[in-house]
Amino acid sequence: MNNVVHSVPSDARSCVTGRQSNGTNKGDGLKRRVVITGLGAVTPLGNTVAETWEGICRGKSGAAPITRFDSTAFETKIAAEVKGFDPLRYLNKKELRRLDDFIIYALAAADMAMADADLIIGEERAERTGVIIGSGVGGLTTIEKEKVTLLQGGPRKMSPFTIPAILANLAGGHVSIRFGAKGPINCTVTACAAGTCAIGDAARLIADGYADIMIAGGTEAAVTPMCVAGFNAMRALSRRNDEPQKASRPFDRDRDGFLVSEGSGVVILEALSHALERGAKIQGELVGYGLTGDAFHMAAPPPGHEGAARAMKVALRDAGMDRTEIDYINAHGTSTLLNDACETDAIKTVFGEHATRLAVSSTKSMTGHMFGAAGAVEAIFCLKAISEGVLPPTINLDHPDSECDLDYVPHQARKKEIRTAMSNTFGFGGVNAVLIFRKWEG
Amino acid sequence: MTLEEKVIGIIMEQLDVTREECVPEASFIDDLGADSLDLVELIMAMEETFDVQIADSELQQIRSIKNVLDYLRNKGVTLHE
Repeated sequence: MNNVVHSVPSDARSCVTGRQSNGTNKGDGLKRRVVITGLGAVTPLGNTVAETWEGICRGKSGAAPITRFDSTAFETKIAAEVKGFDPLRYLNKKELRRLDDFIIYALAAADMAMADADLIIGEERAERTGVIIGSGVGGLTTIEKEKVTLLQGGPRKMSPFTIPAILANLAGGHVSIRFGAKGPINCTVTACAAGTCAIGDAARLIADGYADIMIAGGTEAAVTPMCVAGFNAMRALSRRNDEPQKASRPFDRDRDGFLVSEGSGVVILEALSHALERGAKIQGELVGYGLTGDAFHMAAPPPGHEGAARAMKVALRDAGMDRTEIDYINAHGTSTLLNDACETDAIKTVFGEHATRLAVSSTKSMTGHMFGAAGAVEAIFCLKAISEGVLPPTINLDHPDSECDLDYVPHQARKKEIRTAMSNTFGFGGVNAVLIFRKWEG
Repeated sequence: MTLEEKVIGIIMEQLDVTREECVPEASFIDDLGADSLDLVELIMAMEETFDVQIADSELQQIRSIKNVLDYLRNKGVTLHE
């Protein structure tokens, strides 16, 4: 335990861990503030954060007919795929052959985030730098491909790189190897909340003094036959095959499910003291994290999305903020019948009258559902919304559902000064994860 | 194409190395940057290409390009082309 808070930090004001101390929090007063100093992303809207954000501001859709496999026999033939991405910018040919796409996307996003943070780890920082990259499933493409190899060629044809390409924690593993991060390394596998949990858990490691820098985010590469067929069997995907760009339409009365998507988002989290000391460009502060379980059903939310509402409340309490301080919510907003109405309900429960004053939008209307990467990419959108003063839109919201009556920023992005943003993500298994970001004002 | 050229072609592809690095004495691990998993994959590619089965007990003797060539020649492998 000699790693724990080796010195009393100068920024010893608690956050991300329940600072509103009732005196029961062990070590309270030593919790450190956590800031974001680097962003990186690969998404269906672009292969950098800048390109992706430009797409968000223009209300662009990343959806199109599936190209990764022949979808003729599938009920859903559309998805939001990463396009024109050149992995050789980040890897050599040998690495490329042995890695699944979910690892490759994470390496690319981490590379961009590290460059954005202008950070080189080196020997001195190595043991104080950690990695948490979450994923919904891990190497699904490899699982499907190698299963065919096994059936057709027999066990001797199995590639020795099969297992390391499948395991979900190998995205973080490769990121740690690439950048020499020898501190805490972990992997959150909490379905569609994995990216959010990765960032929240990473922030707590910094706040509690176990690390100074965390490379955190989520990644997914699941535009595969098994994924599309599996979600089709659950009746969870949109089948608007003739109009792919209109398929993801959160909060709209004609929504019929979500869009499978892929990519990665990675952020660099730092202890405030560490970031200030090295003169880093601070892009926002992570002030609250709420994580709850529904204990209800493996895939459906409980009435009123009680667990989600509680996660929002926990995050607010963690941040020590009043609910009226939240300016923007990046909703989970999947475009399924159940989620969007229930999430709206939960927001109203938590925010009361303020629910009608704050802005809520679903960027999944443009990116589709990036599963384990969603929370990380949406955290980046919250940070960009704050730093650029732009509310991302919810596109395709032509006829709002009568049960969905908040300000969802329909169709077009909106200029607005935003000081605090909340990011919601909810995953199968009844996991609800919420982050709160605040503008860095020095 | 000679057997040597064919073998070196596979090695260049699998290990992402240049023709110049592929001298006969080059050790896969010490000179060509391979790890134990690369080696397994390389052996699988040789088995596939030359239609041979290399037993795990024989793997120890295959450490360099020369070892591969000697092994294949001993097994009577000739090019089909």
